[in-house]
Amino acid sequence: MNTPAPSQVYAPTGASRLLETVAAWMLAILWILPLLYAVWTAFHPSEYSARFEPLAPLTFDNFSRAWSAAPFARYFLNTFALVTLILGCQLILCTLAAYAFARADFAGSGIAFALVLAQLMIMPDVLIVENYKTMNRLGILDSIPAIALPYVASAFGIFLLRQAFKTVPRELDEAARVEGAGPVQTLLKVYVPLAKPVYLAYGLVSVSYHWNNFLWPLIVTNSVESRPLTVGLQVFASTDQGIDWSIICAATLMTSAPLLIAFLLFQRQFVQSFMRAGIR
Amino acid sequence: MVCAPARTSAGLLSVNVMRNSTTTIHAWLLLLPALALLALFTHWPALATFIDSFFSTPRPRRSAAFVGLDNYRQILEDPIFWQALGNNLLFAIATIPVSIGLALLMALWVNDRIAGRTLVRMAYFTPTVLPMIAVANIWLFFYTPQYGLLAQLLSPFGGASQNWLGSKDTALACVTVVAIWKEAGFFMIFYLAALQQIPPNLAEAAALEGASRWYFFRRVQFPLLMPTTLFVLVNAVINAFRTVDHVIVMTRGGPDNATSLLLFRVYELGFVFWDTSGAAALTMVLLIGLGLIAFAQYFFLERRIHYR
Repeated sequence: MNTPAPSQVYAPTGASRLLETVAAWMLAILWILPLLYAVWTAFHPSEYSARFEPLAPLTFDNFSRAWSAAPFARYFLNTFALVTLILGCQLILCTLAAYAFARADFAGSGIAFALVLAQLMIMPDVLIVENYKTMNRLGILDSIPAIALPYVASAFGIFLLRQAFKTVPRELDEAARVEGAGPVQTLLKVYVPLAKPVYLAYGLVSVSYHWNNFLWPLIVTNSVESRPLTVGLQVFASTDQGIDWSIICAATLMTSAPLLIAFLLFQRQFVQSFMRAGIR
Repeated sequence: MVCAPARTSAGLLSVNVMRNSTTTIHAWLLLLPALALLALFTHWPALATFIDSFFSTPRPRRSAAFVGLDNYRQILEDPIFWQALGNNLLFAIATIPVSIGLALLMALWVNDRIAGRTLVRMAYFTPTVLPMIAVANIWLFFYTPQYGLLAQLLSPFGGASQNWLGSKDTALACVTVVAIWKEAGFFMIFYLAALQQIPPNLAEAAALEGASRWYFFRRVQFPLLMPTTLFVLVNAVINAFRTVDHVIVMTRGGPDNATSLLLFRVYELGFVFWDTSGAAALTMVLLIGLGLIAFAQYFFLERRIHYR
């Protein structure tokens, strides 16, 4: 997004430029409208939830009522623990595996890589029934590790880091060895620092994916102690509140707020990370 | 991986072999944790799904028995399966081209230096960052009869009492709109990146030849965006078959299974009716479909890597 200005030859001028700008803005307003609508409803008393009067009184009441109506503090803590656990384990496992694939010329590497790539076809999102049975057998149903485990070994992460490690010049690797660094030290001192942008990209994508993930946590948890925010929000919205939309909107905004604020502050990093991770 | 220089001396060769066997051990040790978890949560469950799909669901008084293709026959005889499959195909056929087309349009607009393009881009991309479940809750309110936003907008035309999510005719369309809204901005960024990679001298050359803007788009930009379109297409197809969060929140598959998608049906069979064997057989159907798509993607990716 910070590449030099594209050619202006075909940039529209005059009336067509105006038309394009107006159309682009209309679509943008349409796109952001649901969010604005939720913001309006959340910050106004419920009698204004679908009445748009510019002078309607502002209130934080909906947020405090939502916060006290369900254990959202605990849900935040759970989601935070979940996301940290997953990302931490993913980074360690994927780094080790990617290093082996990128630099070691070893027997069976083709088979091992195929076994890893299989996860791109057979995604954990689909294997919910069997993974539930496994968690049951392990006796860890309804716990945060049970939500995390199927996602910890990430084929996508291994693939992404392998590509990054492969671009590290071999001379740097050899120089580190000559200096007396062992394989692990070389990995930590040469490869990991050089792949920093990829780590950032993968981290952002992983955190937003697991912050937002819903189906598997819904299946595997059933208590306040292990429920992440998404499941907590669903339980809250579907049972406790009837149709008080002001409170539901407040709770909805609350659960998305950390990601949304992070996105607004670090827009460029977010967009570039999603792009880098997507293009592979 | 193949850039080790050829060594002719026999002594060096044996050193190499020795080093290779230690390298192999080291490499497998590095891979061990990742492969162990993959085996436990990807390979084994896939295999177990396959096996379970040939057995009956174990009940408290009756353990699982081999039933051959019975579970698959039951799926084929189940009208809800056919409805879920039909819904999912309709959902895919609607979401994929519309979200890709919108993404391309958004990217073209944001790529031109229109006023406030940063804000416009942010508006397009924001739905991507929000949790699907939060988004679904907001849209649920949108669609509420009598007092949701849509009802209010339509009330002058007598549409206030239309129950958008409660009617079999409109529920699937409502769910589809949410998916398009969530996805288009995400695909936009890939098009935007690709557009910015097109060398500017192509546009200058085309202008010299007197090509119109539409002609330039059709004959130069669009073909050059083809790899991006393919990549986005594969992702859109996979998403159409693996995202059901919005269905669970907004309609629970209803009314009368009008919005049931395949993965939702797996969830329903497995965790509402506890028919795990039926769910296993249906998972196999879904896995084979997704596998074929991912296979196509893999070959496509490989080709791109070779071109680089």
